[in-house]
Amino acid sequence: MSVINTIIKYLFIFLMLLFAFKDYTYLLRKDEKKKKSIIGTQIFIVFLTVILGYTILIIYTRSVYTGLILAGILVYFAVTLFLWHHLYPKASMLLVNNMLLLLGVGFIMIARICMAPYIDRGETLTLADLKSLQVVKQLIFAAGGTVIAFVIPVIIRRMLHRLQRLTWLYAGFGLAALLGVLALAQISGGAKLSITVGGVSIQFSEIVKITLVFFLAARLSRDVSLKSVVQATVVAALHVIILVLSTDLGTSLVFFVTYLVMIYVATRRPVYPIVAFLGGVAAAIASYYLFSHVKIRVDVFRNPLAVGNTTGYQTVRGLCAIGSGGWLGLGLCRGLPHTIPVSSKDFIFAALCEEFGAVFCIGLLMVCMSMYLLIVNISMTIRKRFYKLIAIGLGTVYAFQVFLTVGGVTNCIPMTGITLPLVSYGGSSVVSTIIMFAIIEGFYLLREDEEEEAVIGYKKSSR
Amino acid sequence: MSNSSQKRSGRYGSVGSELDRILDGPSEAELEKRGPELFPGLEDRGIGAVRETEEPEEEPEEADSDAPGEAEEDETPEERAGRGGRPADDPERGEHAEKPVRRRSKGPYRFISGAFILLFVLLIGHLVYFNINVKDDYVNSTYNKNRRTKIARTISRGSILSSDGKVLAYSETDSENNETRVYPYANVFDHVVGYVTSHDTSGIESYASGSLLTSHSNIIDQVINDILGRKNKGDTVVSTLDSGLQEKCYSTLGDYNGAVIVLEPKTGAIRAMVSKPGFDPNTLEENWAAVSEDTASARLWNRATQGLYAPGSTFKIITSLAYYRANRTLDKFSFNCTGQLQVGEYNAHCFEYAEHGEEDFRAAFANSCNTAFSEIGLELGADRLTGAAQSLLFDTSLPCDIHAGRARWNLESGASQEELVMTAFGQGKTQVTPYYMALLVSAIANDGVLMKPYLVDHVESTAGTSISKNSARAYRTVMTKDEADLLTDLMKAVVAQGSASKLSGKSYQAAGKTGSAEYYKGDGSIGTNSWFVGFTNPDDPDLAIVVLAENGGAGSSTAVPMAASILDYYYSR
Repeated sequence: MSVINTIIKYLFIFLMLLFAFKDYTYLLRKDEKKKKSIIGTQIFIVFLTVILGYTILIIYTRSVYTGLILAGILVYFAVTLFLWHHLYPKASMLLVNNMLLLLGVGFIMIARICMAPYIDRGETLTLADLKSLQVVKQLIFAAGGTVIAFVIPVIIRRMLHRLQRLTWLYAGFGLAALLGVLALAQISGGAKLSITVGGVSIQFSEIVKITLVFFLAARLSRDVSLKSVVQATVVAALHVIILVLSTDLGTSLVFFVTYLVMIYVATRRPVYPIVAFLGGVAAAIASYYLFSHVKIRVDVFRNPLAVGNTTGYQTVRGLCAIGSGGWLGLGLCRGLPHTIPVSSKDFIFAALCEEFGAVFCIGLLMVCMSMYLLIVNISMTIRKRFYKLIAIGLGTVYAFQVFLTVGGVTNCIPMTGITLPLVSYGGSSVVSTIIMFAIIEGFYLLREDEEEEAVIGYKKSSR
Repeated sequence: MSNSSQKRSGRYGSVGSELDRILDGPSEAELEKRGPELFPGLEDRGIGAVRETEEPEEEPEEADSDAPGEAEEDETPEERAGRGGRPADDPERGEHAEKPVRRRSKGPYRFISGAFILLFVLLIGHLVYFNINVKDDYVNSTYNKNRRTKIARTISRGSILSSDGKVLAYSETDSENNETRVYPYANVFDHVVGYVTSHDTSGIESYASGSLLTSHSNIIDQVINDILGRKNKGDTVVSTLDSGLQEKCYSTLGDYNGAVIVLEPKTGAIRAMVSKPGFDPNTLEENWAAVSEDTASARLWNRATQGLYAPGSTFKIITSLAYYRANRTLDKFSFNCTGQLQVGEYNAHCFEYAEHGEEDFRAAFANSCNTAFSEIGLELGADRLTGAAQSLLFDTSLPCDIHAGRARWNLESGASQEELVMTAFGQGKTQVTPYYMALLVSAIANDGVLMKPYLVDHVESTAGTSISKNSARAYRTVMTKDEADLLTDLMKAVVAQGSASKLSGKSYQAAGKTGSAEYYKGDGSIGTNSWFVGFTNPDDPDLAIVVLAENGGAGSSTAVPMAASILDYYYSR
């Protein structure tokens, strides 16, 4: 068994690196046939990775019900691929593959963590236990998000003007949602980031990520006068401030950086983002002195080991896991990732480093970066200014969130407490991220259409 | 045209790829739409040709502020400006501008995507850096104990070596991957090397556990071992201990309970550390109950670092320092010793009521005259003594790689005269460990600077590559050089004409202080612990040494000959 586990460990690393490599060769290849074969290889890697991971999980949990989860994931992947491919033949399958790979890695890691009682403590997994497992919930949310995702390209194609006119609705919704969460948190007396609506706990900041980008895009695509920029700045600043007060530092930073990027792309004037950046730095320094929770994070960052049993508890446990994993990882089910606090959410990168190793995680980061580059590419080439801004905005949300969570967990920057999109456990997070990528996919389809029109137009005029 | 196009894609196959679009904008579409005839010299100019068509970044913006919300707004201001504003050096431009030419603002994109690529590179770079330089601190920290226990199943514990390359501890793995820890020297290194049992760990085995359970063996070997299900061998810990010296110390202490410590004052490297009684670490697991429950002799107790004893006359070093700090000279002191001195209810007397007669400070110190030091104690008062003790790391946790106790100071400001005089010559409630005394004399030998003592010289992989190395580091300056020189002079005199004269006339020069510390035994009778603390070659100190033999009688008769025997061995080999 140990031999199988070890061989699979090296296979994981190989598959992840190969997948990342394919991502970049795809971007360089022009030949459609070769592109198709890359997509095929990637789909194979996604399925193989999940099957290998669950093979180990089935062995360690000694339960066929683990196999049931695997079946669910495979069906979900197959249906998703089939539908994207057939409903939208021109869809970017590269984007879909990347999403599925990240989800798949998450499905393995979340399962390993939430199954710790069955893996490490020898309890027996029963059918009734399944529905309370995080991985099952994650799968259901991902499937739900994907259903919504299929409608989005249609909306994007049909409803540009309507979407663009909703400027103040986006701002109003975002601020109301964040204020609501803050108010409820004050009442319940603790850092609460979600509201329970009808039995489902919704983390509104995940939705507001999208609405803020829409607001900024709607505002700045029509008008980049000083007045408009100031309006955009005030609304964005209100979002950030409410989040800082809610102690959701990670999301507030994501919003801030997204705002910087969007304002720069929209105005092309470096002076706006520079002024805003300086303002942000001043605000960050002020909040270091004003809010104890900011100061604590910075102090932990400076010397985690000195506060390993108090404020640095999480960070130190995460770094111990990363260090113990080393380059090649301990192997799935051979470490103690469940002893890291919130290991299936904010600290999932540490859990991955522990059992899959740093090399695998570097491959994962390369995949995340290729996702970002793909989005930037779409943003650059799409014509409609509104969509262009949305694309770069969502791309920034994604990339900066990856930076914050991975940087925080590895103590490259102070810990901000944010999830790794698509990999971390969290219903709101996974649904909103899938929607974000569906929006990008919609833009990609729109661009393909535009390109077709353009080619036809050129041929006509050159004749 | 088609020919030219083929040529282009042949030579610049990647010109139109998506990666280039990211960096340079939609060059392919652009070229396609304009027609390659626009760029006859493309083959020579390469991608640069695309760049030349960009708008200057500082393009004016005014056109944008009044952009209405119609469908056509979607062009950027640059597109519009570009169409009308481009000079006539390109007559075909006007025509092509009617088509959906994509002239994008690449400046922000290039900058932003560049910045985010840098962020990703930073993340990856940091992860690599962490794995190379930082991770051991976390892997070996106490916070990682549970995980280490789990990992131990895949790594066989590394060996511990002496500084001269002798194996002090190693692991044997049988065909079923069961590990047995073997200690070739059995009891000789028992406390200092320590043990690993299911109940507890101690000594270097505990301190260097992280290194012993981390394998830096070559990665290919690790992969092969991993696949074959064999354990990887943990790193080798090379200690500062000198196997010959340790054996000599062990045999010299003989049947006495007690401790011997030898260390280098200039570096802090501990060369030998013996504590008796001890145990055989090879059989400790089986004999755990018997050994650990032997409270009468406390065999698991490392007397060298944890045993608390009255310092006896060795404390006069500290009293002398306090006197010197109060008076800045020793020359004004003289005393006539009659063998005893009545202080209140207490009769202070010299060892065996010896009468030392008329003496100055140096003679009083060399003779270890208790009555003279009683007088000095009374003159100083409790506060000055306390001040000196506090500057010398009493009641402070001492720097030590293995578990060490604190020296206990116990003299209140308003203490009685009896207590004051007893403390002044080392018979009060004040208690020290042999380790404390070793640090004190090594600081004196090293001009007042205490070096951080260490037991692990370096860690190396099984292939012999050095992983980490300890070096001499100053821990704290506990007294001035002037004070250290003065105490050295006093201690030299003890060897030259005082109670440690058995150390005179050797190939090496020694300085030190004896102690004969009385204590109540379990049965109520009085025993005497025999102390010697000192160092060799004061001008360029080699070794500091502390010998404590429990119930060994006078320091001069037991501890001094032991120290002499050990030092003779060291300097004769």
